[in-house]
Amino acid sequence: MIEALSHISLTHYLIVSAALFVIGLVGFLVRRNMIIMFLCTELMFQAAAIAMVAFSRFSLDVSGQVFVIFILTVAAAEAALALGLIVLLYRRRETLNSEAWSEMRES
Amino acid sequence: MTTALAAETLVAGSSWAGWILWLPLLSLALCGVCAAMKVRSKLPAWITVACLGLSFVVTLSLYMGYQPGQHQTIHLFRWLNLHWTSAQGEGSFIANFALYVDSLTLLWMLFVTGLGTLIALYASEYMEHDVGKGYTRFFAGMSVFLFAMSSLVMADNLVMLYLGWEGVGFASYWLIGYFYQKPSAVAAAKKAFIMNRIGDLGLALAIYFIWHAFGTVEYAQLFAILDSHNYSHEKAGWTIDAIPYLLMLGAFGKSAQLPLYVWLPDAMEGPTPVSALIHAATMVTAGVYLIARMYPMMLLDAAALPTVAWIGTLTALLAATIGMAQYDIKRIMAYSTVSQLGYMFAGLGVMTSVGGCYHVFTHAFFKAVLFLTCGAIMHGFAGQLDLRRISGLRHMNGWKIVAYTMLVGCLCLAGFPFTSGFFSKDMILAEAFVTHGPGFQWIGWILLFTAGLTAYYTFRVWFRVCAGPSHFEMGDEHHGDDDHDHGHNAHDHAHGGGRGHDQPHVPRLAINSVLMIIAIGAILAAFAGGWVERLILDSSAAAGVPGHAETAHGGAGEVAAHGTFLGMDPHKAMYWVSAFVGIVGILIAWRLHLANRKAADALRARLLSNPATRWLPTAMEHKWYVDEFYHAIIVLPMWIIGYICSLIDRYIVDWLLVDGTARTPKFLGRAFQPLQNGIVQSYAVSMAGGAALAVVLIVVIMPHMKQWLDALMGGGG
Repeated sequence: MIEALSHISLTHYLIVSAALFVIGLVGFLVRRNMIIMFLCTELMFQAAAIAMVAFSRFSLDVSGQVFVIFILTVAAAEAALALGLIVLLYRRRETLNSEAWSEMRES
Repeated sequence: MTTALAAETLVAGSSWAGWILWLPLLSLALCGVCAAMKVRSKLPAWITVACLGLSFVVTLSLYMGYQPGQHQTIHLFRWLNLHWTSAQGEGSFIANFALYVDSLTLLWMLFVTGLGTLIALYASEYMEHDVGKGYTRFFAGMSVFLFAMSSLVMADNLVMLYLGWEGVGFASYWLIGYFYQKPSAVAAAKKAFIMNRIGDLGLALAIYFIWHAFGTVEYAQLFAILDSHNYSHEKAGWTIDAIPYLLMLGAFGKSAQLPLYVWLPDAMEGPTPVSALIHAATMVTAGVYLIARMYPMMLLDAAALPTVAWIGTLTALLAATIGMAQYDIKRIMAYSTVSQLGYMFAGLGVMTSVGGCYHVFTHAFFKAVLFLTCGAIMHGFAGQLDLRRISGLRHMNGWKIVAYTMLVGCLCLAGFPFTSGFFSKDMILAEAFVTHGPGFQWIGWILLFTAGLTAYYTFRVWFRVCAGPSHFEMGDEHHGDDDHDHGHNAHDHAHGGGRGHDQPHVPRLAINSVLMIIAIGAILAAFAGGWVERLILDSSAAAGVPGHAETAHGGAGEVAAHGTFLGMDPHKAMYWVSAFVGIVGILIAWRLHLANRKAADALRARLLSNPATRWLPTAMEHKWYVDEFYHAIIVLPMWIIGYICSLIDRYIVDWLLVDGTARTPKFLGRAFQPLQNGIVQSYAVSMAGGAALAVVLIVVIMPHMKQWLDALMGGGG
């Protein structure tokens, strides 16, 4: 088990990170529910965080980890803000569908 | 020599004569103050009358101090004073604001300021419907006119004359367009202004050529040079021969002669006092003044004065035939003015500047009185001017002064024996038969025939309007179906209040007294022949006049020694002949328009029913289609060119170039517009796609870029 783990290289981490990012991106693009879309952005955040931690560990530089802590803090703050916004938007239109908010389109 | 002349004639003590010019300017300034303070009384009229009256008094005292045979240059201030040195040597151009006072100037100024004052007084009553609105504007315009006319007549050089010339044109435009809410008045004002521009071009070129040929534009020096033949004809070349014709063009534009006369009848859109003062008595005689003042210059080319005579004669005939067939009395008077101006030019052309100027003088009075009576009728009958709709004015209460002063004017215009018009017209007619020139005999006969026509159409008006049974129809501001297509009745609202539109509004003191004063002037002008002759022969207008030396002291009579007419002294014979012609004209008018008015209609109907003669009354009533002809050959082509230019501007410049440039990014934008669909996911897709493209570019393409470029260069080179 531990041996198996010791063979885990940077590539594995990056593949996980990329997979997570793509899942988040696809989820963001195909779903219309604003909460899901928000969660998908969080997934993409975490994909970036994983990549940074991995780089940090493999290059023996802590600054990447410091960055990740910052990302988590910002993500937490942003989550509070975004959920608050979603609640307000829901009260306006009684729906979570993002297509209800498309007045800014041309024509 | 010239400097000595200037020093000799520069009289410092007479600078008070400048007040002739400054008083109208003062009046203008005060009218401006009245306008700013929104004065709602007749104050502007009294200011103008007072200033113009004082101006007349100054003119009169200048005349009193005038010594026969002498001219005065009164320097007011330095105006244009240019000196330079060039390859050809020293050059200079001097045009001071100075007055040249000789007998010709004084003659003109006396009737300009005198009639100006009287007509301003008349206008104070005539324009009363506009008190508080246009009243101040009207009198400001009158003041501008008097200032410009005075500087035109009193100028000591051609540049100052040009200033006045343009000034009177501007004042005329101002006052014709007085009823600026009426499209026909605006069109008439523009027509007058543009027609005058054509003439003014001639005058401006003439002034330039004169300066080019003689090196000066000051009268005193010009006359001295012309007198001593101290100029080089070769150096100036053809330009010196062109001078008389260019001066003529200017004069014909301002004085409404062929081919530039069509603006004057339309100028009747202005208020009647304006028509009387500017378009009958004074401004339109500026052309005659110019020719008379520049008489020595007109002798530069032998064919110049005969041209003037022929143009004047043809204009006189043409305008008289048009005047015979009009129904609008003011318009008849307008055509008669054109016709009489033709007489004046004919007089100048056949070498009787005395006759021409005397006719200007008498015409100023009798035509002013005729216009002012027309104005009184228009004022009283709510704009009615159709001679078929008013009759028997002399039997109506309160209209007797108008009717009889009009009779005085008509008698003078018709050349009834022993009236002023009779004597002044005879002088021209007799001289046409006396002077030898190309076709001058014919000029005499045509003018004599025209005199008959004049008598006819003048008394057609008087017999229709003033004599016969009393009846009238009030004018209406909408002037619907009758054929006088230009109402002068924009102002009859004022009489509507309390009075009703069905009652004529009898003229009061100001109008009646002015009519009587000018009518008396018209009568007395008959005795002014000798006085005018002395004044004219004293001035530059006497140059080249046959018998000048003797007549300068003798008077009429000697001139006649040159020829005979019907075996008699032409001047005496002409009294009989023209009296006969005039009375015949009056009798025909009496027969057709008083004794048996149906006969006139029957005559017209008979002419119209006969195919061979149908063209005559039709063409005369349509003013010989001259307006239509000008419209077809000048206005329409210009309009078409203008329209084509406007199309080029609209479609090539505006649409293609300007808007096209603006439209390109707009179309590009429209191509990408569907991307802006408002759905967050689609934006996210393009963002993700863009990011993916960037990754592909950086990771896949950029590392190989250099190789590809080298391969491309290598393949090309």
